Amino acid sequence: MTAGHRLRLQAIEISLEGAPLLRLDAAVGPGEVLTVMGPSGSGKSTLLAYLAGFLAPAFRASGRILLDGSDIGRLPAERRHIGLLFQDPLLFPHLSVAGNLRFGMPRDKVDKGERVEAALAQVGLAGFGPRDPATLSGGQQARVALMRLLLAEPRAVLLDEPFTRLDLPLRHEMRRLVFDRLRQAGLPSLLVTHDPQDAAAAGGPVVDLAGQ
Amino acid sequence: MLRLAPLLIVTLLVAPILAGLTMALLPAFGYLPALGGERLSLAPWRELLAQPGLARSVAVSLASGLITTAVSLGVVLLFLAGASGSRLDRWIRRLVAPLLSLPHAAAAFGLAFLIAPSGLLARLVSPGLTGWERPPDLLLVNDPWGLSLMAGLVVKEIPFLLLMSLAALPQLDPDRRIAMARSLGYRPLTAWFKVVAPALYPLIRLPVYAVIAYATAVVDVALILGPTLPPTLAVSILTWFHDPDLSRRFMASAGAVLQLGVTAAALVAWWCLERGATRLGRHWLARGGRGQGEQPLRLAGRALILLATLSAFVGLVGLALGSVAGFWRFPEALPQSVTAAHWLRALPTLAGPVATTALIAIGATLCALVLTLAALENEQRSGRHPAQGRLLSALTLLYLPLIVPQIAFLFGLVVVMESLGIRPRPWLVMFGHLLFVLPYVFLSLSEAYRRLDPRWSQLASSLGASRHAVFWRVRLPLLLAPLLTAGAVGLAVSIGQYLPTQLLGAGRIATVTTEAVSLAAGGNRRVIGVWALVQACLPLAGFALAVGLPRLIWSRRRGMQGAP
Repeated sequence: MTAGHRLRLQAIEISLEGAPLLRLDAAVGPGEVLTVMGPSGSGKSTLLAYLAGFLAPAFRASGRILLDGSDIGRLPAERRHIGLLFQDPLLFPHLSVAGNLRFGMPRDKVDKGERVEAALAQVGLAGFGPRDPATLSGGQQARVALMRLLLAEPRAVLLDEPFTRLDLPLRHEMRRLVFDRLRQAGLPSLLVTHDPQDAAAAGGPVVDLAGQ
Repeated sequence: MLRLAPLLIVTLLVAPILAGLTMALLPAFGYLPALGGERLSLAPWRELLAQPGLARSVAVSLASGLITTAVSLGVVLLFLAGASGSRLDRWIRRLVAPLLSLPHAAAAFGLAFLIAPSGLLARLVSPGLTGWERPPDLLLVNDPWGLSLMAGLVVKEIPFLLLMSLAALPQLDPDRRIAMARSLGYRPLTAWFKVVAPALYPLIRLPVYAVIAYATAVVDVALILGPTLPPTLAVSILTWFHDPDLSRRFMASAGAVLQLGVTAAALVAWWCLERGATRLGRHWLARGGRGQGEQPLRLAGRALILLATLSAFVGLVGLALGSVAGFWRFPEALPQSVTAAHWLRALPTLAGPVATTALIAIGATLCALVLTLAALENEQRSGRHPAQGRLLSALTLLYLPLIVPQIAFLFGLVVVMESLGIRPRPWLVMFGHLLFVLPYVFLSLSEAYRRLDPRWSQLASSLGASRHAVFWRVRLPLLLAPLLTAGAVGLAVSIGQYLPTQLLGAGRIATVTTEAVSLAAGGNRRVIGVWALVQACLPLAGFALAVGLPRLIWSRRRGMQGAP
């Protein structure tokens, strides 16, 4: 995969109707995971929404989001090249597994079918392409969601408590899989969680929003 | 383009109503240069007030608005309060839902067949219980007090209010409220009235007002079931408007303004009742009675809703029997012979009106769907939600065509069209239908559209999909089922329209509904049976598609089987 990307969050400040909510200044290198922790209401989800480009109009934000040196703060979400992983796998229910994987692939790829097959094989789901995503187990769905994210070739990744809904053994397995893949792809990631074990598994720096 | 959608919708709904009301108001005070009315005067009002039986007309219109609404709402609330999720309750709900698509006129004809002196009910109990060997000379249909009119309206308004309530209930989380109240010692039905009903009513207030407005000014049901000497105010106005003596239009306009006043008075009276009920209710709530003797009320709720629903269905069966009946002597419950003659004779004349009905309904519904989708998509993209100020008022305006009586602005609109030189054409009727189709389509789709998990579109854009792609490839497919349901609702609303078709089509554009209603005066049950059945079946086709198509398309997608 590609050489690696860098995410730099420069003097980010978000406020809600004049009241300051959070501030953050951080740099995330290729393959690195920055963990943001904090109780609910500390603005974790707002931070993700801002970085991904979905900040609700009631919020005000300042600062710069630099991805590989260019400011993406004013770009629409679809041109930021920032991938998202939510608590739920959120596989599009109207598409097949392969349809889900193709959805995010850049248009100019000619060998989409082969890439889909290869991606499925990498996570032990070879031949699952034509399946209805609703017939997959929770763990299988989570793996498809991860591969969908990677096939879209993002330059940075935001993780919104992606492991909380999984049961314990699966959680360990998914943590390892997700962090390994992100590291391999050289993607800078930002993980939002309230589970200290997530932070430990991520192995990167930790920012606690509660202290602000 | 998208940004203009809300403005376009509001203009489309409000401008014709304002223009129509103005052109009813001016002639009501003698001003209509086209007919020689050059100066303002009170002559139309003097003429109107001199009409025999006017007071009775007004009283029946007012009473039918208030009583219909009170009875329908009462039955719906009682049923919901007593419903326990048993199989019977679920069965009743499923039975009620298709009634929403039944056109008012067809329901009215069905009821007329049922309760007429020679109707199905009288036949079932005669001569055994009554000793009647021939139809009794009773004025059961078209009774002077409009009781059969109100009954006909109640049969149709119960499904409407029930479905509106069922749509609003989930956001109140009624089960937890009831559980909380019961843990404090309240009996279930009392608990429902004390902790759910007060929160539910504000959510269904606008539909309730729409029922009041509709019932005070309805024309087609009143032509079929309403009193005749004198008829209700709305029917009288229509008669005056169609009088060959064009100078009567001034009086008709005054009547339209009076109708507006009657509807407004009914709404104000209801509002006062609301206030009174709130005050009494607060006392009742605070007194802390836990409720007793609930069983009879619970039974009453079920019995009444079943009675209303079954009379609609049995009425339809009566229509079907009538349409194939050969010789059918009075006390016999079933026809002695069956014949296809009425159908065969009607078929050649059916084709034209059915095609016109379908064309107008499909056109109006497609327009409404496009406008609704544009407005809702604009809402999503701008991130503005209806709770935030400005859009709330726009949303309330959606109800305007449902709360201003049709007759009060439609023929003012006809006058506007006439003076602009616009001749009656199907598209003009289609536009008239759009005024009533659009609000229902919007109301039907907006809930599902706004409730769709925003993470779907966020996820899609983070995967690089443009806003267009998100709309076409994610939001539309996920919302296919509610979209088709909204379409079916739109079709049903359009198919059932009588007055807009009659007035804007100047009587020259024949739909199934106008043809069926025009048969009411003739009283030929065989022919009425044929037309009313066709009218009842057309909207069902739309709903069958709305239910069947998603199942077919998503037969291999389990995640799409339930609601999104």
